[in-house]
Amino acid sequence: MDDVADALPIENLIRRDRVHGSLYTDPAIFERELGNIWYRTWVYVGHESEVPDANDFVMKSIGPEPIIMTRDGRGAIQLLHNRCPHRGNTVCVADRGNAASFTCPFHSWTFNNDGSLRGFPFPGGYQGVDRSRLGLGRVPRVASYRGFVFGSLTADGPDLHTHLGAARQAIDALCRTSPDGEVQITTGFLKHKVRANWKLVVENETDGYHPAFVHASIFRVAQSGIGSLYSDDSSAVARYLEDGHSENDLRPEFRKRDEPLGWFGTSPARLPDYVARMEAAYGADEARRIMIDGTPHIMIYPNLFIAEIQIFVLQPLAVDLTVQHVSALQFKGAPDLNRRMLQQTMGSVGPAGFLLADDAEMYERTHMGLRARDPAWLYIGRGLGRERRDENGFRVGAATDETPTRGIWEHYRSLMRTAQP
Amino acid sequence: MNAAHDYRLIADVMQFIYREARLQDEHEYEAWEALWAEDAIYWIPAGDTIDPDKSMSIVYDNRSRIALRVKQLLTGRHFSQSPRSALRRVVSNVEVIAADGDTVRAAANAMLFESNIKGETLWASRNEYTLRRAGDDFLMARKKVDLVNKDKALFSMAFLM
Ligand code: FES
Ligand SMILES: [Fe+2]
Repeated sequence: MDDVADALPIENLIRRDRVHGSLYTDPAIFERELGNIWYRTWVYVGHESEVPDANDFVMKSIGPEPIIMTRDGRGAIQLLHNRCPHRGNTVCVADRGNAASFTCPFHSWTFNNDGSLRGFPFPGGYQGVDRSRLGLGRVPRVASYRGFVFGSLTADGPDLHTHLGAARQAIDALCRTSPDGEVQITTGFLKHKVRANWKLVVENETDGYHPAFVHASIFRVAQSGIGSLYSDDSSAVARYLEDGHSENDLRPEFRKRDEPLGWFGTSPARLPDYVARMEAAYGADEARRIMIDGTPHIMIYPNLFIAEIQIFVLQPLAVDLTVQHVSALQFKGAPDLNRRMLQQTMGSVGPAGFLLADDAEMYERTHMGLRARDPAWLYIGRGLGRERRDENGFRVGAATDETPTRGIWEHYRSLMRTAQP
Repeated sequence: MNAAHDYRLIADVMQFIYREARLQDEHEYEAWEALWAEDAIYWIPAGDTIDPDKSMSIVYDNRSRIALRVKQLLTGRHFSQSPRSALRRVVSNVEVIAADGDTVRAAANAMLFESNIKGETLWASRNEYTLRRAGDDFLMARKKVDLVNKDKALFSMAFLM
């Protein structure tokens, strides 16, 4: 039972109802995850609205690595490695800005914001050199879906559409909450660092079992209705969407309550401008349906968590260090809703957030707990006995079941068993 | 008199700021909450904060949210502060920037050492206060905590900063 981790290939550390603790703490496994997951699959990088104008750039990341996201002079999104092809210096140390080119400070090579080499000083020393081979490294695959930009550091593999799979419908539903059908990321990010493995964060995003306990303090004092969504008698469901993606689908509970904007803890009377714009855009019936259903709570593997009114972007830095970058979602054409979403997000998330400080505490204490060696396996079997398939064939559990966690680990297993590219 | 030469005023402001620091270090949540005026703003910007009404801040509390923060701490089940961080801060370089009727603007540097079950963290900030005379004491109308490393990723800080 208590197998020693390094005596086993990684796929043997994952069973249907349990996972081995070393998966969170072994530095060698972390290194392999970088190659097999972070530098291979599609990873969320940023949103097009973060670089609205030509020559805008913003510093982003893929795994621990910094990536510069630019909008080049022709309007195309580019993802570039922040490493000078001459001797390796960083070419950009700003978090954001507007620049048609980047000049490396070391020997002044200059690069266009599509990565190509513009020139180097004292060119007489480079006679016969092919400049086209001396540009910045470019992320080989870049694609976006409804403004969400993803990158893959491997040239081949399934396309983004395939990778997103059922998560596309969640992104569509999110966009429909805007009268203009578009979300924007314009409020900047908080960066919240935790001394914990990144997978503890991923799993927690769609863990419906913990809110009643971890967040009891704020639910009680804020008289929040969120708690009851994750209770034993909630009609919400936990769903594994395949391809590593998972969600807490709260719509059954919201539909039962039948209150437009109930998902946001408010009512049409308090957001008349938004309601009017939604009705104008979609018609009264459809607008009402959208406003009852609310926005998704979905973890798009491995690093984009859309949490109703905010997005989290997960970044692993080391086996025991992770950053959650978090921003309030903004819906195009919904200024009154947007103001409240920003206020509510600021209260909830980040290093001093009413909710996230306590989630972070759990990630960190779990990572501390995993340093103890016995029992070596963690039990993830909650809800196995009542798991079912929905009409689309996806596995579904009760609101508090570990269906998402099991799916995430199954996907992880399939990614980690293949040889490193 | 120029506020910077009003030594009586400077001494009162320093005593107030030191008292606030002690209440924070000792987790005297209710006494700390009582220092705030009704129209209070407690603001901790992040690196991306441009306009707090349009961009994310680490904390941007009005008076009722300050009250909620304190209530959550008082439950004893706000796990990021249960057990509580051991805290000691030094506040120095106090300057009275301006005094206008009942309102005093002041600023100070703060260095805070935190120890909790997960490790130790050093926090440093420039703090700006807007204080309002209330009898022979002050109330805080506004406090901005400008962290030196606000542009970096930060560990949790659910204690009073
Ligand atoms: S290292 Fe960049 S120009 Fe030499
Ligand atoms: Fe949580």
